[in-house]
Amino acid sequence: MTSGGEAAAPRAPRAWTVPLRKLAQANVAVVTLLSVVSALVLGAVLIIATTPAVLHAIGHIGSHPGRALGLTGAAVGDAYWAMFSGAIFSPSALGHVVSTGHGWVALFTPLSETLVSATPLVLAGLGVAIGFSTGVFNIGAQGQLIAGALAALYVGFEVQLPIGIHVPLVLLAGAAGGAAAGFVPGFLKARTGAHEVITTIMFNYVMLNLLDYLLSVSPFQQPGQSNAISRTMPATARLPHLFGSGLRANLGLLVALAAVAGAAWFTRRSTLGFSFRVIGLNPAAGKTAGIDARRVTVLVLVISGALAGLAGTASLAGTDFFLSSGYGGNIGFDAITVALLGRNRPVGVLFAGLLFGALDVGGRNMQAVTGIPLDLASVIQALIVMFVATPVLVREIFRLRGGGGGSSLQLATGGWGG
Amino acid sequence: MRAVRATAGAEVAEATGAAEVRIVSGGRVRGMGVFLVLLAALAILGFVLRVPAKAHATFLLTAPPAISVAPLTMSVRWTAGVLAVLCGALGVLLVVRRQQRGAYLLFGLGFALFLWAFLVWAARGAQLNFVEMLVTTLISTTPLVFGALSGVMCERSGVINIAIEGQFLAGAFLGAMIGSVSGDLWLGMLAGAVAGGLFGWLLAFLALRYAVDQIIVGVVIVAFCTGLTNFLTEQVLTPDQTTLNSPQTFAPIAIPLFDKIPILGPVLFDENIFVYLAAILLVVVHVGLFRTRWGLRVRAVGEHPRAAETVGIHVLSVRYRNVILGGVIAGIGGASFTIGSVGEFSSEMTAGLGYVALAAMIFGRWRPFGALGASLLFGFSVSLQSFLAVLNVGIPSPFLAMAPYVITIAVVSGLVGRVRPPAADGAPYRRE
Repeated sequence: MTSGGEAAAPRAPRAWTVPLRKLAQANVAVVTLLSVVSALVLGAVLIIATTPAVLHAIGHIGSHPGRALGLTGAAVGDAYWAMFSGAIFSPSALGHVVSTGHGWVALFTPLSETLVSATPLVLAGLGVAIGFSTGVFNIGAQGQLIAGALAALYVGFEVQLPIGIHVPLVLLAGAAGGAAAGFVPGFLKARTGAHEVITTIMFNYVMLNLLDYLLSVSPFQQPGQSNAISRTMPATARLPHLFGSGLRANLGLLVALAAVAGAAWFTRRSTLGFSFRVIGLNPAAGKTAGIDARRVTVLVLVISGALAGLAGTASLAGTDFFLSSGYGGNIGFDAITVALLGRNRPVGVLFAGLLFGALDVGGRNMQAVTGIPLDLASVIQALIVMFVATPVLVREIFRLRGGGGGSSLQLATGGWGG
Repeated sequence: MRAVRATAGAEVAEATGAAEVRIVSGGRVRGMGVFLVLLAALAILGFVLRVPAKAHATFLLTAPPAISVAPLTMSVRWTAGVLAVLCGALGVLLVVRRQQRGAYLLFGLGFALFLWAFLVWAARGAQLNFVEMLVTTLISTTPLVFGALSGVMCERSGVINIAIEGQFLAGAFLGAMIGSVSGDLWLGMLAGAVAGGLFGWLLAFLALRYAVDQIIVGVVIVAFCTGLTNFLTEQVLTPDQTTLNSPQTFAPIAIPLFDKIPILGPVLFDENIFVYLAAILLVVVHVGLFRTRWGLRVRAVGEHPRAAETVGIHVLSVRYRNVILGGVIAGIGGASFTIGSVGEFSSEMTAGLGYVALAAMIFGRWRPFGALGASLLFGFSVSLQSFLAVLNVGIPSPFLAMAPYVITIAVVSGLVGRVRPPAADGAPYRRE
C-alpha cells in the first residue's frame, strides 16, 4: 500500500537533540497525532474567522489586546471543550457522581454515543478498505447500506421469532442485502468491464430512490402513515444493549469488533484474502499465478457490500429502529475517509472509525452548546485524512527529520485500472 | 473466433487526431441489435396494442422567441407502431450486418425511435411541449459539460480529478456569495472560477508535489468542500441571507434572428451565458487538445511522461497548469448552479452531479465531444423524468427519478464496456 519512501540523509546527531530525533523518526502514530492537531488548529481558524464578535475584537487588538485574546480563546475553547465533553468525558458529570453517588449513566453516555456512532463507520469502512486494498473502488457503501437495512427490516417485521434467533437472522439478512447490492456492480464489472466507480455511485442514487418508493408502499410503510416512514423493528429483532438500558451501546459494537478481527484474519491468513492482496498489489502477477481476477472483483464487492449492509443493520436494529428517506446520511461516504485514515488495515479502520465517531458525537454537542454548526466536524475529518495522507507535508510543517510516518498514501492500484 | 472479430473491428480514430484504438466486439454489436428488437417488441405490446384506437398525442413545437409552428398531433397507435417497426428493423439490421462501423450510430438512432414512441404513448390524450423539454435537457446538461471538461483537462495530462463535485460546490458557494455581495454577476462567476481553481491547485499540490494518491486527494477534497460549504452556509450565509446569499441570475441572451428558428431557436440561441460558455469551451478544449502543439504536449504527458520529459517537456508544470485550469472550469460550472439558475446557494445542492460528470467523461472516452454526448443523454433523461412527472404516466416518481442513473449504468455497462484511460492517468511522476 505504501511505496518506498525517500529517507532524508541523516546528519550527525547532537546529544541534546536525541529525544527530539526519537520523535522525529516519527512513526505513523506521531504523524497521525500531529495530523489531528493540525486539523484542529485549522478548525479553530475557521471558528475565529466566522464568529463576528471574535473578528470584531481582533480588529481592535491594538487597543484591547486582552479582550481580543480572551474572546478568541473562549470561542475556540468552548467549542472544542463541548466537543470533548460530548464525545468522551464530562467532568461535571463526574462531579455529579462523586457528590451524589448517582448519575453513572450520564457519565458514560458520551463514550457510549461515540461507540454507537463509530459502529457503522467501522463496518462500512472495513468494506471500503477491503476493496481499496484489492484495487476495487467501492464508492457505493451508501446504497449497499440501504439495501442491507431494507433486508434486515423486512426480516425484522415479517418474521416472528424469539430474540435469540431473530437477531442473528436480522444481521444475516442485512449482510445478504448489502452483498446483493454489491454483487450487481461487481458482476457488471466482471462481465462487461463497466467501471465500478461509476456504477457504484449510480447505484447509490438508485437505492436512495428505491428506498423512497418502498417507504411509500406496503409492506414497508408504517400502516396508517402518509409520510415516508417505515414500520418499526419489533423488540425481538433489536440488538440488545450491552451496558444496561440507559446506554445505547449495543450488540452492533461487538459485531463490528468481530468484523475487524475477521477482516484481519481474512486478509493476513486466509487463502482467498491472500489472492485478494496479490490482485491488489500486482494484478499481472496474480493472473499469471492463476488467480481469476474477475472472480476476485465480484467477491470483493460482495464482501464489501455485506459489510456495508451490516453497517446499515447495526444502526437500524441498534438505535434507529425505522427507516426514513435518505437513510444512512453520510455514513457511506465517511466510510471512504475512514478506510483511508485507517490505511486500509482492519485495526487502523477501527481506530479511524472511533475517532470519526467521537468527532461526530462531539460535533453534535458542540452545536447544541455553542451553536457552531456540527459540519465543522466533517471539515476536521477531511483535514485529518488530508494530512495523514501526506506525511511528508506534516513532517515539513513540524520540522521533523527522518523518514518516519510513511510515505504519501497510495492505493493498491494507480488510476482507473483500465 | 471472438478475438479475431474484435481485431477486425478495431478502427484507428485518425480523423480526430487521437492515437486511439476503439474496439467494438462483434458480440456487443449483436447484443445491441437484439436489445433494439426487444425494445421494439415492448413498444408494440405496450404502446400500440394496449392503447385505444382513437388516442391522440399532441407535441407543442413552439416556445416564446421562435416563429410559431403548428402543434403536431399524432395517432398514438399508428405513430408508435411505425416507430416501433423502424426500431426493430434497425435492430435486425445490426444483427444481420454484424459490422462494427457505424454500429453506435444505428443503435443511437434505434433507441431515439423507441424514445419517441414512448413519448407519444406518454403524451396520449395530453399535450407535451417538446421544445421546453429540449430546453430543460440543455439546462441540465450544461454543468455536466463543465465538469466533464474539467475531468478531460486533468486526466489527459495524467491526473485523475475525482474532486469535481467539490469544485462544483466551492464554485457554487463563492459564486453566489460574491455575486450577492458585489451585485456583479461577472464578479460572481470569476469568484466561482477562483474557488474551483484553488481546489484544482490543492489537488495538484498534494498529488504532484507529494505524490499522494490522486483518488485519495480527490475524495478528501470532496469531503472537505462539502463540510466547509455546509458549515459556512449555516454559520455565515443563513444569518444574513438577503445580503450574502441573494444574487441575481444571468438573464438569457437571445441571439438575434437565430432565436427565431423554429424548435432549435429557443433551445440553442436563447440561453444564458453559461450555456454559450460551455459550448465555446467545448470547442476550445477539443481543438486545443487534438489540433495544437499544446494539446500534443498535454497528451504526451498523460500517456508517457518519461518520453515527454526526454524531449524537453516539463511534466509537472504541464500537469499543474492543466489541473488548475480544470479546477477553474469546474468552478465556473459550479457557479452555474447558483448564479446561472436558482439564485441562491443551498447545502449540497450539486447532489452528486460532479460524479455524474466524471462518469460522462469516462463514458465519452476522455474526449470533449464524447463527454458532451454522455452529458446530453443524462440531461435528457433528467428532463424526461420531470416532464413525465407532469404528464402523470402512472410510473411512481421515485422510479422516474431513478431513470437517469439506471440509464447511465445501462449505457456504461452495455455500450461502453472496458475503456482505456490515458496510459499514465493516476500515476505519480518523479523526475529521475
